Amino acid sequence: MNAPANIETRQLLNGNHAVAWGVRLAKPDVTPVYPITPQTPILEKLIEFQSEGKFAAELLTPESEHSAMAACIAASATGARVFTATSSQGLLLMHELLHFAAGARAPIVMFNVNRTPASPWGFWPDQIDSLSQRDTGWVQLYSESPQDSLDTVIQAFRIAEGSMLPVMINHDAFYVSHSVEPVSVPAPGLIDEFLPRVERPMQLDTGAGQSLGAPIGQASWNRTRREMAAAMETVPGLTEAAASGWRAMTGRGGGVLEAYRMTGAEVVVLTMGSMAGTARDAVDRLRDEGIAAGLLKLRLFRPFPADELRAALAGVPCTIVLDRNYSPGMGGVLHQEAKAALYGTVGAPRMHGLLAGVGGVNVDVATIARLVRDYRNADPSPDAVWVE
Amino acid sequence: MKDAMEQVASRDAGSAAEFDIRQYVRLDQMPHFLCPGCGHGIALRALLWAIHDLGLDKDKLAVVSGIGCSGRLSAYVDANSFHTTHGRPLAFATGLALARPDLHVIVITGDGDSLAIGGNHLIHACRRNLNMTCMMLNNEVYGMTGGQVSPTTSAGRLTTTTPAGNSEPVFDACALAAGAGATFVGREVTMQIVALRNLLRDAITHDGFSFVEVMSDCTEIFGRKNDLGSSPEMILSQKSAMRPFAYRNTVDEPFRPNTMPTGVLARHERAEYGAAYREMCARRQDKGAK
Ligand SMILES: Cc1ncc(C[n+]2csc(CCOP(=O)(O)OP(=O)(O)O)c2C)c(N)n1
Repeated sequence: MNAPANIETRQLLNGNHAVAWGVRLAKPDVTPVYPITPQTPILEKLIEFQSEGKFAAELLTPESEHSAMAACIAASATGARVFTATSSQGLLLMHELLHFAAGARAPIVMFNVNRTPASPWGFWPDQIDSLSQRDTGWVQLYSESPQDSLDTVIQAFRIAEGSMLPVMINHDAFYVSHSVEPVSVPAPGLIDEFLPRVERPMQLDTGAGQSLGAPIGQASWNRTRREMAAAMETVPGLTEAAASGWRAMTGRGGGVLEAYRMTGAEVVVLTMGSMAGTARDAVDRLRDEGIAAGLLKLRLFRPFPADELRAALAGVPCTIVLDRNYSPGMGGVLHQEAKAALYGTVGAPRMHGLLAGVGGVNVDVATIARLVRDYRNADPSPDAVWVE
Repeated sequence: MKDAMEQVASRDAGSAAEFDIRQYVRLDQMPHFLCPGCGHGIALRALLWAIHDLGLDKDKLAVVSGIGCSGRLSAYVDANSFHTTHGRPLAFATGLALARPDLHVIVITGDGDSLAIGGNHLIHACRRNLNMTCMMLNNEVYGMTGGQVSPTTSAGRLTTTTPAGNSEPVFDACALAAGAGATFVGREVTMQIVALRNLLRDAITHDGFSFVEVMSDCTEIFGRKNDLGSSPEMILSQKSAMRPFAYRNTVDEPFRPNTMPTGVLARHERAEYGAAYREMCARRQDKGAK
C-alpha cells in the first residue's frame, strides 16, 4: 500500500542516502559525525544538503568518534535535537560514552552501519559491533532496507524523546547501506507534524545552575538504573505508537516485531536486518512447496521485546533463529536473547540457533529455504550451530 | 624540472644502482591499491631505500601502521608488519619497542591518523622519546574514506566535508612534534626523493623518537576536487611551497605564509626512554639482590 503521491515522492536512493533524507526531515539541531566506511555517505549527503541550504543543523566533524559522541551528549543536554552516525570501529571507540549518554538520559539518535570489527580488518556486514553494545542503555532498532531505514530514523526521534533514552538504528553494511532502491520520501510538512518538539523534563539550564554527571552515592546510582529500567519499559509501547502513526500516514512499516505469513506457521524464521528480506522470499518458496513457514523480523532489539515474542510464537512448534553475528564462547546473540525470553514459558517452541552469514558471508534465499527444510524436524540443540 | 635533474645526477650512484625495491616489497601483494599519482608510493620507496642503505636486517625490522591509505603501506613491506587501528600505531609501537628493543620500529601514519584521532599518542611519543621512527604522510586529507577535511587541510581547500572551503586552522605537524619534545624532527617533499631518503636514514639512526613529515599528494581525490592538476604538477607546486631549512634558523615561526621549512628541523640529545627504563630496572634489581 502506497501513500498518495502528493505527500510522498519516489526517489532512487541507497540505504545511507535514505537515512540522510530521514535525518533531513527530522531536522536535528546538531549533528557531530566522524567519517568511517561504510557510514561516510550519510555524513557526506547531510553536508551536501546543508550546503544547498536544505539542512540547517550545525554539522561538525570532530577529531574522532569519541569526540563526536561527547559533543552529542553535551548538545543534547541543552535540549537540542541531536543526530550522529557511525560504524564498527567508530561505535566501539564510542563505547565509554555510550554508557555516559544513556546515564545522562540524552535522547540522541544515532545510525550505525553494521560492519565487522578488527582484527583482522574487514568491511563486511555483521551485527556484532552494535550487539556488543547491548548493555550500554541504548535502545536498538534494526532495519531491513533503505525504505525501512528512512522510516525508522524518523520514528527513532519519537522513541528517544518519549523515553529520554538514546536510540541506535542499524542497517547492514553494503547489503543495505550501498544498495539502491526506489524509496518513498515523505513531504517535510508531514514530518513536522509527526515529530513535534517536546518539552524536555530535564535540560541544562544555566539559570538553575545545575551540574551534570557529578559523582553520587550507591543508592542514588542504583536509582538511576531503576529509572532507566522504567524508561526502557515504555519503549515497546512508544515504538508501536510511532509505527502505527507512521502506518496511518504512509501505509508502511511494522512495529516491535514484524510478522510475515505467520498464520498456521509450523516453522518460523526469526532474524533481523537485511536477512529478513531474504528470509521473506524463502518463506514464500517454502509455502509454495507446502511447508508452513513464517517469518518474524525483530525490529526492536533493546529493550528485548520478550512479551511480544512469547505472544507471537505461542503455539508455534519450531523456531529457527538466524544470526549474522557471533559472540565467541556463546553463539548468536539473537539466539541467546530469544532463548532467555522463552525459557520456562509453557509450550515454548523448539529452537535452533544457526550462525549464518557471520563476517558478511552471503546467505541467499535457497540457503535459508534449505536450512529450514533441514532443521524444522531436527532435535533442537541448546547450542548454536555453524551453518553454510 | 632543472632542480630535479640535478638531483638525479648527484644521486649517490652506487646505492641507486644497487637498490632493488623488489627485495623489500611483498610482490605477492602487487598490484598495490594506491591511486595513480599518489605520493605515498614515493615515500615508501624512499623509506625502503634508506633501509637498504643502512643495511638493516629485514628480520629486525618492524613496520607498524595505522589506518588509511598511508596505513596500508605496512602490508607491502617484506618485513614484520602490524596493521593496527586508526590513530593508534604509535601506541602499539610503544609496546613493541619496549618488549623488543632489538627491533627497528618504524611507524607509518597519515595526517588524520596521527594528528586527529591519534593526536594524543603523537605528543606522548614525542615526550617519551622511545627509540622508533615515525613517518607521517601528509596529503592534507582523509584519503581512504574518500576525501574529508583533516587537521592539515589548507585554508579554503575543498573536501567532501568542507564544500565551502576549509575554515579551520591547521596543525604544523613538525612544530607540534618539536614542541612536544621530539628529539628529531624533519620534513621533506616526495619530489626530493634523495633528500627524503637521506632524512629517513638520519631519522632511523637517531637514538630516540624521530618524526618525519612527508608532504605527499592525493591527486585523485584532493587534487581533482581542488583542480590542482596532475601529479607532477601537484608535486612541483608542493616543492615550491617549501624552503630548505638551511635558509631559516628556527622552527618557532611555523606559519610563515605559504612556505614551510624542509630538512632536519630539530635534533638534540635526550635520554632514550627504553634504555633509561631498563637501566632503572637493573638498578632496582641490584638493590633487591643486596
Ligand atoms: C575508529 C575509526 N574511525 C574511523 C575510521 C575510518 N577511517 C579509516 S582511514 C581514515 C582517515 C585516514 O586519513 P589519513 O590518516 O590522513 O590517511 P590517508 O588515507 O590520507 O593516507 C578514517 C577516518 C576507522 N578506521 N576507525
